[in-house]
Amino acid sequence: MAYAAGVDVGSTQTKAVIIDEDKKIVGRALTDTGANVVHAAQNAFKVALEDAKLREVEVEYVIGTGYGRYRVTFGNEQITEISCHGRGAVQMFPNTRTVVDMGGQDTKAIRVNEQGEIVDFCMNDKCAAGTGRFLGAASMALDIPLPDLGTTALRSLKPVKISTTCTVFAESEVLSWLGKGKKIEDILWGVHQSIAVRSAGLMRRVGVDSEITFTGGVSRNQAMVKALSDKLEMPLNVSEDCHYMGALGAAIFALDRIKTSRRPVQPSKPEAEVQS
Amino acid sequence: MTEQNFTEDLIGRGNRDGAQLFRDWYKELSEVAERGDKAAYVFVMGSFNEIIKTFDMPVVFPEINSLQTAVRGVAKEYLGEAEDYGYSPDVCGYVKADVALQLRKGEHPMGRIPEPSMAVLTNACNTYLKWGEVWERMYDAPTFALDIPGSRSGLQAIGRKSVSFKNDRNYIEVQIEELITTCEEVSGKKFDIDKLREVLGYTNRMSTAWKRVIELNMASPSLFNALTDGTIYLGVANGFRGTEIGAEYFEALVEEMEYKAKNSIGTLTDEKYRLAFVGVPCYPIFRRFTELFTEWGGTFVNSTYLWFASGGANKGFQYDLENPIASLAEGTLYSVTDAMDSMFHQDRMLLDIIDDFGIDGIVYHPIKSCRTVSTGLADGRRSLSEQRDIPSLFIESDMMDSRVVSEAQLKNRADAFFEGLATRRQMAQS
Repeated sequence: MAYAAGVDVGSTQTKAVIIDEDKKIVGRALTDTGANVVHAAQNAFKVALEDAKLREVEVEYVIGTGYGRYRVTFGNEQITEISCHGRGAVQMFPNTRTVVDMGGQDTKAIRVNEQGEIVDFCMNDKCAAGTGRFLGAASMALDIPLPDLGTTALRSLKPVKISTTCTVFAESEVLSWLGKGKKIEDILWGVHQSIAVRSAGLMRRVGVDSEITFTGGVSRNQAMVKALSDKLEMPLNVSEDCHYMGALGAAIFALDRIKTSRRPVQPSKPEAEVQS
Repeated sequence: MTEQNFTEDLIGRGNRDGAQLFRDWYKELSEVAERGDKAAYVFVMGSFNEIIKTFDMPVVFPEINSLQTAVRGVAKEYLGEAEDYGYSPDVCGYVKADVALQLRKGEHPMGRIPEPSMAVLTNACNTYLKWGEVWERMYDAPTFALDIPGSRSGLQAIGRKSVSFKNDRNYIEVQIEELITTCEEVSGKKFDIDKLREVLGYTNRMSTAWKRVIELNMASPSLFNALTDGTIYLGVANGFRGTEIGAEYFEALVEEMEYKAKNSIGTLTDEKYRLAFVGVPCYPIFRRFTELFTEWGGTFVNSTYLWFASGGANKGFQYDLENPIASLAEGTLYSVTDAMDSMFHQDRMLLDIIDDFGIDGIVYHPIKSCRTVSTGLADGRRSLSEQRDIPSLFIESDMMDSRVVSEAQLKNRADAFFEGLATRRQMAQS
């Protein structure tokens, strides 16, 4: 049995997935990235190996993805998380044509074809407005654990209208609504709706048709799923493993390499030299 | 000279000589500034360099001064000074770097820039008009704003014999005559129409050669990178327009490119993807930005920048030396309108080059501090994608402000773009 792995080093968390020849997930890991990116990648891979009860030598091909992909020093290749989320989403939900990946630092809207190849993509630029980081800031300001944000927000009956998604101003925005006597759940639901508006805008830029799959860490937040679904007026594909979608996509690319022995599509270091 | 020496001298000559001419130009400007002599400020889109050159006035391109502060890594200081003075972070980075330069009495990394004795601008960019007002207030220098009519026929090509074209040409001709009067007053020299003929003749030679240089890059592998090498050529195209030196430079550049084409000497050792660039370069990380593409074997074979930043000289328009002023008006109508159209209707112009240049993908680069060139890029991209199945990348940064240039984000997008191109190629081959 051949095994392949994907290691997704994100801005806040590192995910690792190991799959078998049938593309079944046999091991997974979720760890905080922290300051030492190389160690984060190694550690996530180690935890995934333990989860799969495999030894490192049994994994034939490893692909690094995410912002820290070039720090997956033990990997055979690097592929962007944009390609990996697209591939993973279509593997898990074959009718996916649009992927929204909401992570700690950025939100990506990715349009894919039936093979999971990228047709188009766009991302939030230059700031972390409308990303998971904004939820993190709201969590801090309201002193509510991140995993409880969604369930708290869904209790809202009268959401407030949040005017900014600037992460830096999130705390003052939230506190100003608290000062006006608004309920925490109403503020939080307003936060989710605000992010959903911004994310839906990104998705419309690449085109929304057929099925949408929601990936990334924020996809575990039920309120965010509902806010996005309401805004787009269509259901979203979500899975327990959506958080691992980038790593899963990377692992599937790795399995491709094993099966086809195809040359890497990406040079591991610059090949072409400028002559003039 | 041996064959080897000849080749070594020829390959890269355009870059070497262009860089030297550029330094010479700034050296001359520094000397002008030291002497306190007169200089005219002009812009790349419709510089009317030929009129200024007829009066032997040195030309200053504030846009080029500003982008040079970014290339040389000091733009942040200049932008900061202008913002401390009261300019918003959202104002055009070129304007702010120039404001700081004026506050510094012309201090610039390339030398010293003379004060404006006059400025010539067009409505090709609406910021030009307000920029000119800044100098008017600072120096009481006259600014001459030429109103260049847009294409009333919308997306239809201008017909040279149409009534509207003739009216527009007459409208510009009258303005040129007024500009000549202003130049006479500022320079204290009488206008010499034969001098104008001579200057226009040099521009004719340069435009012919520039058009040819761009066409030669249809060669595979491509002969020069439109973004990096091209920007050097553009510096000469602007600073030395209407001069014998400029004409000779571009004719020599044709010779270099023809030799490279004949001997299949490409700009990359292993060209894998041929790209077109739309927008203005990312000057704060000028070399690195291009490397994001060359690392993958991608090279820019053409760009809208080569068109509009040469003031439309890429069209190769030939002035009629028998009727210099009328012909200058007509050429302006073609080149400036074309320069404007290459920003706003690039989809039409890109469609024309995709096949000829064998383009695999298009990179759109909207920039934060210039709404003029960025507005419409999304529409152009959408329009193009509806007409042709060609991959494109949309990445935003800035031409001046490193605070909004994130190399990690740019690289992530560029990598994903090439992954898509590679997959597409594999699919096509399988």
